[in-house]
Amino acid sequence: MSRIATFLTRRRGDGGRWHWTDVVTWLWLGAGLILMFGPAIWLVLSSFKTPAQLAEFPPTILPYVSETVAVTLNGETRNLPLYDVILSDGSADQLAELRRVGTVAQMIDPADPETVIKVPITDRRPVREVGFAWDNYLKPLEAFNFGQYLYNSVFVTVTATIITLITNSMAAFALSKYEFRGRNAVLLIIVATLMIPLSVNLVPLYSVISTLGLQNTLWGVILPTVATPTGVFLLRQYMLTIPDELIEAARMDKASEWQIYYRIVLPLTAPALAVLAIFSVVWRWNDFLWPLIVLSRKELFTLQVGLNTFAGELNVQWHYILAMTVATMIPVVIVFVFLQRFITTGIAGTGLK
Amino acid sequence: MSFALANTIGAVFAAPVRWLAASIDAPLRLWQRLTGKGGMIAFFLMPNIIVFGTFVIIPLFINFAYSVTGGNELFLTDRSFVGTQHFDRLLTCDNHFDPSSCRDDLFWTAVWNTARFVVVQVTTIAIVAMGTALILNSKIPARGFWRAVFFFPVLLSPVVVGLIWRWILQRQGLLNFVMIEMDLTPVNWLIERDWAFVAAVGVSVWAHVGFYALILLAGLQAIPRDLYEAAEMDGTRPARVFFRITLPLLWPNLLVVIVLALIRAVQIFDEVYVLTGGGPGTSTLYLTQYIYEIGFASILRNPGLASAASLMMGGVLIVLTLGQLGLQRWRDRA
Amino acid sequence: MKRTAYRLTIAAAMAAIMAASPALAEEVRIMWYSDGNEGEVMQDLLDRFMADNKDITVVLDNVSYQVVQEQLPISLAAGEGPDIARVTNLKAQAEHWLDLTPYVADPEYWRANFGGQADWMRPDGSDAITGFMTQLTVTGGFANKTLYEQAGVEIPGPDASWDEVVAAADQVAKSQGLIAAFALDRSGHRLSGPAVSFGANFIADDGMPAPVDDGVKAFVSRMVQWTEEGKNLKDVWVSAAGSTYRAAADDFINAQIPYYYSGSWQIANLATKIGNGFDWVATGSPCGGAACSGMAGGAGLLAVKYTKVPEAVGKVMDYLGSAEIVKEFSERTLFLPAHKGVVEAGNLDFQSDDPNVKAALSAFVAASGKIAPNASALSAWKWANAYYGALVTRTSQAMAGELTLDDAYARMNDDIAEQVKQAGQ
Repeated sequence: MSRIATFLTRRRGDGGRWHWTDVVTWLWLGAGLILMFGPAIWLVLSSFKTPAQLAEFPPTILPYVSETVAVTLNGETRNLPLYDVILSDGSADQLAELRRVGTVAQMIDPADPETVIKVPITDRRPVREVGFAWDNYLKPLEAFNFGQYLYNSVFVTVTATIITLITNSMAAFALSKYEFRGRNAVLLIIVATLMIPLSVNLVPLYSVISTLGLQNTLWGVILPTVATPTGVFLLRQYMLTIPDELIEAARMDKASEWQIYYRIVLPLTAPALAVLAIFSVVWRWNDFLWPLIVLSRKELFTLQVGLNTFAGELNVQWHYILAMTVATMIPVVIVFVFLQRFITTGIAGTGLK
Repeated sequence: MSFALANTIGAVFAAPVRWLAASIDAPLRLWQRLTGKGGMIAFFLMPNIIVFGTFVIIPLFINFAYSVTGGNELFLTDRSFVGTQHFDRLLTCDNHFDPSSCRDDLFWTAVWNTARFVVVQVTTIAIVAMGTALILNSKIPARGFWRAVFFFPVLLSPVVVGLIWRWILQRQGLLNFVMIEMDLTPVNWLIERDWAFVAAVGVSVWAHVGFYALILLAGLQAIPRDLYEAAEMDGTRPARVFFRITLPLLWPNLLVVIVLALIRAVQIFDEVYVLTGGGPGTSTLYLTQYIYEIGFASILRNPGLASAASLMMGGVLIVLTLGQLGLQRWRDRA
Repeated sequence: MKRTAYRLTIAAAMAAIMAASPALAEEVRIMWYSDGNEGEVMQDLLDRFMADNKDITVVLDNVSYQVVQEQLPISLAAGEGPDIARVTNLKAQAEHWLDLTPYVADPEYWRANFGGQADWMRPDGSDAITGFMTQLTVTGGFANKTLYEQAGVEIPGPDASWDEVVAAADQVAKSQGLIAAFALDRSGHRLSGPAVSFGANFIADDGMPAPVDDGVKAFVSRMVQWTEEGKNLKDVWVSAAGSTYRAAADDFINAQIPYYYSGSWQIANLATKIGNGFDWVATGSPCGGAACSGMAGGAGLLAVKYTKVPEAVGKVMDYLGSAEIVKEFSERTLFLPAHKGVVEAGNLDFQSDDPNVKAALSAFVAASGKIAPNASALSAWKWANAYYGALVTRTSQAMAGELTLDDAYARMNDDIAEQVKQAGQ
């Protein structure tokens, strides 16, 4: 116990005094914890709220549902909402609401359902308990072919990542380990195209896809994304750090250029490849605008496109969108939890210079 | 534990890759004998060049063709040549610093908004990333956990980022609720011009700062410890240590951070679009949103004008990058 | 033109192959978006169709509205797309719709029952049958009756002017401590009904856009002034740039504003989210000097010219356009039907327990009779969207204090002229 305590209160100043940098450090970390995780937790909690509760202000932190009570009236049992009521004599009571007419609520005591008590609506507050609107998750999972969308998303993500790794590492190898005319020109073009965001290039890209007959295919989503200049750039920078002597030695041993690539350079580039793989997975998983343009058949939808079908012209069904957003975040979070150390140290190790 | 796991995963992937690669070695040896090194370079570059050429370079040319043709039609064959009409429209101004004197006032509003955003956002990212990296590099317990905390938002899609913060910052959002609970006057964050700008900058910093902090952290960890120990022995003050040792040695990483952040900031779109929609008024209308709406999202689209604007934006970015490359070369020589 | 010829050749070749091969189920794709439960209802109706027509498979592709707005136009331009689509941008894409006349069982039935809106969805001067409206909408106001009662303010009657309606709402807002008196969706379409009520006419004699006139100025200047005075909820209009749509429904649902100008499509939404929270009524459109007009609108189900199975499309459309299906669809979705026979029979039994719903629906039916000719002409007018876009973009800038009213009007005219010029190239 005491070791943990020492560990937790370890600080820079000797002899247990708090140095001002410790205060700054812990303030920074505390603020970071709240700012970075808080919004995500808010999203998850909100995804369990009913549509009416989502629109409500002031909002509640936890999702609530109104408590109801079963009352038998004239031989008929009905579930009526319960309210905390302040009666005209100033006393407080818990009553069930029969109906509301204008600004007056007609309420009854569940124990004595025959007597109707009239209460101004400003004097009543609904009794609520924490409750989760699982329907937000269950209904879309039924109606919306979640399994199919998941498959499409996984297929796009995995295939695009594999192709990205192969093509980018080959190009990076050529650009880092060979001297040839036009190398700088190729590099410059690659860097230049880093600059143009997809959102301004949609129509030209669609005409290419359409000419190739790739619209409404998953390949139409995958192929344009694999030529990521970032990947080539990142891998090349890393490969530059691999000593040329290794390659020369392999050539002496009559290794072919292809063998040099896959037996020597590729294994040594593993950390950078891993980082690119992780980023590629996150990017492709989160891709939204481009799949939306290419895919208009429901059997081809990825999760991101699928969850957006709840956005109509005049109304957006936020409760479903929030729930499905959380559902699509889960795989990324799982990957992150397991590979967190590897991701963060991997980026640190790629020598991004 | 996760390293072992990663290594296992790596080994599982590596085996079939090796087998596949070995199986095509024989034909490639033949190719190498026939065409020499040049042929192999071509072979290594070819897959990327094909994909790149088809999906990046060709659309770029199409984009150029759009910018000199007019009309609402989306397919080039249906469009007519109009010369520099779109560029003229974008560039006609009495005073380029005053968007309201321009023929296309929204374009210039977007240009100056973007410029302001880039300066403030990149500076903020550099400072916050630096602070975070310094703290993550100091002796704190559970360092891995804290690294993960700051990196986490990088995993979220921009649309989700915009959405979450919209729910927090809107008039009836979480933040105002908290402020009311604390007896503070609620603020309409996304409707007040200055606050909306702060929100746009803050949210984009929130989403990306973890990535940049890690790049800086890598740089910090590469600084030899003995330099600090020597400084401590001399009794050098911490501020002096930072400016004399840390900052100069971290400069290459900081430059990478600034350049990457700059490119991203100029292209800012999704998260701010979802967050503020460019409002209040046009105070967070940025270039990519302008281009997207003109060329794509509005019902009567004008692809020519959008392409002209995107080419101009690309031009500026290339100049910025060339500047960075020049700077790097100059630094390498120095 | 060439592309069309090429497509036809391919289609003919395909048809020949299809004819030669044994009867396969023909697939009809419908691109559909949902604001509420209409996707589920439609799927249910289609399942019944497929049970009776084993040779046709209908696939309902539920997409977001963004896909209909942004993706569909590009694929139509490329001569692709679904077989049937639910769209709101009917007129501007009229060249892409299929003339169903040869494919429906009884064209006269279609002309008689859907003829009223046929011009909204075909090129000027054509007499094609291209589809039908899945729902008609009318813009109009909603009042939070409970808030008015608490404030002791009478809800202004059907002949009240905009000034009176806003003044009454303001009285309620002041007495109940609300954030604003009213809100109006951020949309050019919503702004146009009131503008027409003040005498606006968007269409010049030659059918081209007219410069903004005194009617437009009368309402836009009022809106800007109401915004400055804090009567109009600023958030809705100021919270975006460009022509982005924003609804103010949530503020009405939370009883933060007593009066909300939107349209009949909100009824189902209000019913689910308000529930028993308060009483609300539909009040129709307030009056300007010239009329008490709202705007008609809605979404149509259109057959796409590039379909390879026009006969099957005809059958599906015949089924969906039949009186009993239209009636059932409307009853279950709480939409106003566009089918003349169904409307005249008037025995719609809207499926809702909420007493506010039926009253609101009949109020909107009444309001649809008061749409001024200048407003109804806009539904079938090619340039309406150019006008709406300019109105929203510039009015919201004036509200945000970025433009003076005169500058805003000048920019509106410039924007519209620029659009016309582009389209002419």
